[in-house]
Amino acid sequence: MPQALPASTRTFPTDTPVDFVVIGSGPAGGSVARELTRKGFNVVMLEQGRAFGPEELEHDEVGAFFTERWTNSSESQPQTYRTTEAEKAERRPFVGYAKAVGGTSFHFTGNYWRFRPIDFNEFSVKGGVDGAALADWPISYDELEPYYTAVEWAIGVSGKANAAPGEPRHSRDYPLPPLNVTGPGVLLTHGCEKLGWSSKPAPMAILSREYNGRQPCHNCGFCLAFPCEWGAKSGANYTMVPEALRSDRCELRTECTVRKIETNNDGRVTGVIYFDKNKREVVQRAKAVVLCANGAESPRLLLMSKSNRFPNGLANSSGMVGKHFMFNGAALTRAEFAHEVNGHRGPVVSRISHHHYELDQSLGFTGGGGFDFRFDVPAILTAASLPRSEPQWGSAFKARLKPWFTHSLLSYAHTTSLPVAKNSVSLDPELKDALGLPALRTTFKEHEHDMRMYKHFQSLGRELLTAAGALKMHDDPINETPGFTVHLLGTCRMGNDPKTSVVDKYHRAHDVPNLFVVDGSSFVTSGRGQPTLTIQALAFRAADHIAQAATRGEI
Amino acid sequence: MLTPEQFTELEAMTARIIPSDDTPGAREAGVVWFIDFALTSFVAAQGAVFTDGLAQLKKDVAAAHPGSASFASLTEPQQDVLLTRMENTEFFEAVRFATIAGMFSLPKYGGNKDYIGWDLIGQEHVFEFKPPFGWYDHPDNQQALLGRVL
Repeated sequence: MPQALPASTRTFPTDTPVDFVVIGSGPAGGSVARELTRKGFNVVMLEQGRAFGPEELEHDEVGAFFTERWTNSSESQPQTYRTTEAEKAERRPFVGYAKAVGGTSFHFTGNYWRFRPIDFNEFSVKGGVDGAALADWPISYDELEPYYTAVEWAIGVSGKANAAPGEPRHSRDYPLPPLNVTGPGVLLTHGCEKLGWSSKPAPMAILSREYNGRQPCHNCGFCLAFPCEWGAKSGANYTMVPEALRSDRCELRTECTVRKIETNNDGRVTGVIYFDKNKREVVQRAKAVVLCANGAESPRLLLMSKSNRFPNGLANSSGMVGKHFMFNGAALTRAEFAHEVNGHRGPVVSRISHHHYELDQSLGFTGGGGFDFRFDVPAILTAASLPRSEPQWGSAFKARLKPWFTHSLLSYAHTTSLPVAKNSVSLDPELKDALGLPALRTTFKEHEHDMRMYKHFQSLGRELLTAAGALKMHDDPINETPGFTVHLLGTCRMGNDPKTSVVDKYHRAHDVPNLFVVDGSSFVTSGRGQPTLTIQALAFRAADHIAQAATRGEI
Repeated sequence: MLTPEQFTELEAMTARIIPSDDTPGAREAGVVWFIDFALTSFVAAQGAVFTDGLAQLKKDVAAAHPGSASFASLTEPQQDVLLTRMENTEFFEAVRFATIAGMFSLPKYGGNKDYIGWDLIGQEHVFEFKPPFGWYDHPDNQQALLGRVL
C-alpha cells in the first residue's frame, strides 16, 4: 500500500497575499507547487477533488467508468456539446478528467512519450493545412529537453532511450529499466518486425524497480482509469504533491472550486475567489496565480473571470482563450489471437511503435502517430465490446466471453489532431452547474484532413495486426464527433504574438503580468498522442522561469 | 427498489442472457441483486426503462401464453422466443448490459457473488501477477516469434 498523503504543515491566512496560488494539483499544478516551494516560495494549492486514502483503492470498474467515483461529475458539473457554432449545444458529458489530488495522473495509464523536434516546428517544415491554425511553438525541443529529463528522474519513468531510430536526443537515459513485457507487447513487436517497422519499450510513468522509497509495479493490470494501489504509478499524487507538502511551504486545500481570478484597476491579479468544501465563498489573496486546471477548466475559469477591465474574460484580449481545442486522434481495432494473450495482467502498455511518427509526404498528411497493443478496459467493458456480429446473449454468448477476455487485444493508434479555431471551450449561455457557474460548452468537429488520417492509421493497424497473426479483426468506428475525450489541449496557446496567443513562451499571460497558465491548454500543436510528460516538462520549465522572475522582482 | 414480482421476472431474464450451464451463470452470480442496487443508486434515472419494459413483458407473456403466470414460469425455449422478439428494444439492451455489469463488477455492488463472474472469464481477484502472463510473453514463445527474449 502506498503512503497516505502527508498533511499540510502550514496554514496561510487568506487576507495576506501568499506568494503563489496554484490552481490544480495534477502533473502541472503539482509540479509547479513542488518546484516553487523548492525555490523558497510559499504556495496555496487549490484542488476541487479530494485526496483518496490508500484503503479506498480497489479494482472498481463501476466506480471508474460508471459512477464517476473519482472523475468530474456529469450531474453537479453538467456540460453541453455542439459540432458547430450554428447549433444550440445539447447537454451531455464530453470532457473527462480525474477530480482528485493528483489530477488526471491519479488514474492515468502513464504513457510518457517525449515529443520530438518536429512537434515544435511542423508548420514551418511542412506548411499549413486549409482550415487549421497550425503554428510553430515559441520554444524548441532543445529548450525543453533538460526539463523532460528532470521530470523523468524526479518522478520515476521506466524505459530505454535511443532504443529505436528517430528518437529525439536524450541527455540522460531513463532512471529505470523498462517494465515487464506483456503479451500485447510481444505481439506488437512481432508484427513490427515482420513488416520492417521499428518498435521499442514503452516509456511509462510506472516504476519497474523500487524508486525514492516507492514500491514497483506488481502487474495487477488495472492502470487505465484506476488509481494504483501500490503507489507504483508516478502520478502527481504519489510524487509532486507529497514533496510540495513536505517542504513546509505549501498548503493544500481540497474540495475547493475556484470561480474567479480577481484583478485590480491596474490589471493585476490580486487573488482568487473559491467555494470551499462547504460551498462557502473564500477570497485568497495572492501575489501571483498559476492556473493549472486542465485544458478545459483553465479557459473556462478565465472566461468566468471577466471584469470591466477584461470584458471578454481574463487574459483574452486576443480572443484566443478557449479556441483551438485538440484531443489527439485515435484509430482502434480489436483482434483475437490463437493463444492466451492475457493482457489484463501487467502494465496496460509495454511496447510501442513510432515507425509512423511522420508519414510519407506523398500521402498528403501533416502530423502522424504511434501504436501500442493493449488490453485496454476491464471485464465489463470488454464483455460488452464483443462485436455485434457475434451472439449477444445466451449460452453461445457466454461461451465467447472467456476467449474474448483472454485472447483479444486492442491495436491503438494515437495521433496528432489539428488545431482548428472553431473547435473550442466556452461558457454555456443557459446551463449552470451545481455552484451556479456557467456550464462548460464544447464545440468540436474533426477536420476532414484528420478524418482521412485516422482512417489511414486504422488501415496501418490492421496491417500490423495481420502481421502479428490476428485471427479476427473488428474496427471501432471513426466519427467526426468523438464520444468522449480526455486529452484536453490547446485552449490557451502559447506564442510570441499577443494578438494570436494567450501566454508567452514562459506561460505568462500576455495581458496580465502576475498570471500564468500552465497545462495542456498551453499546447500549440497536439503532439502524437501522449501529452502528459510534455505538460509536466512545461510545468518544470515554467516554474523555473517564474521563480527567476519573482526573485528579480519582475512579477 | 424492485417489487418481488419484478425481481423474479428480471432474474429470469438475466438467467437467459448469461445462462447456468456447465458453469454458473447470472442467477448464481446474483446479478439481479446488482440491478436492484443499481436502480436505487447510480442508474436510478433508468428506472422507467426497466419498469415500463417489465410491464410490456407481462403483456407479451399474456399474449403469447394465455394463462401463464409470468415470464419466469415459462420454459427456457419459450423465454428465448420472447427475448429474441424484443432483442432490439432499449429495455432488452438495458437488461443485457446490466447483466454484464452485474456479472463482472465488484461483489460489493451485489452481483459477481464469490467472484463467480470473474472466474468464468479468467479475471483473478488478485493485486499481483508475475510473468509470464500468457502464452506470447513466455520466454520460449518469445524466442520462437522474435528470435530473442525481450
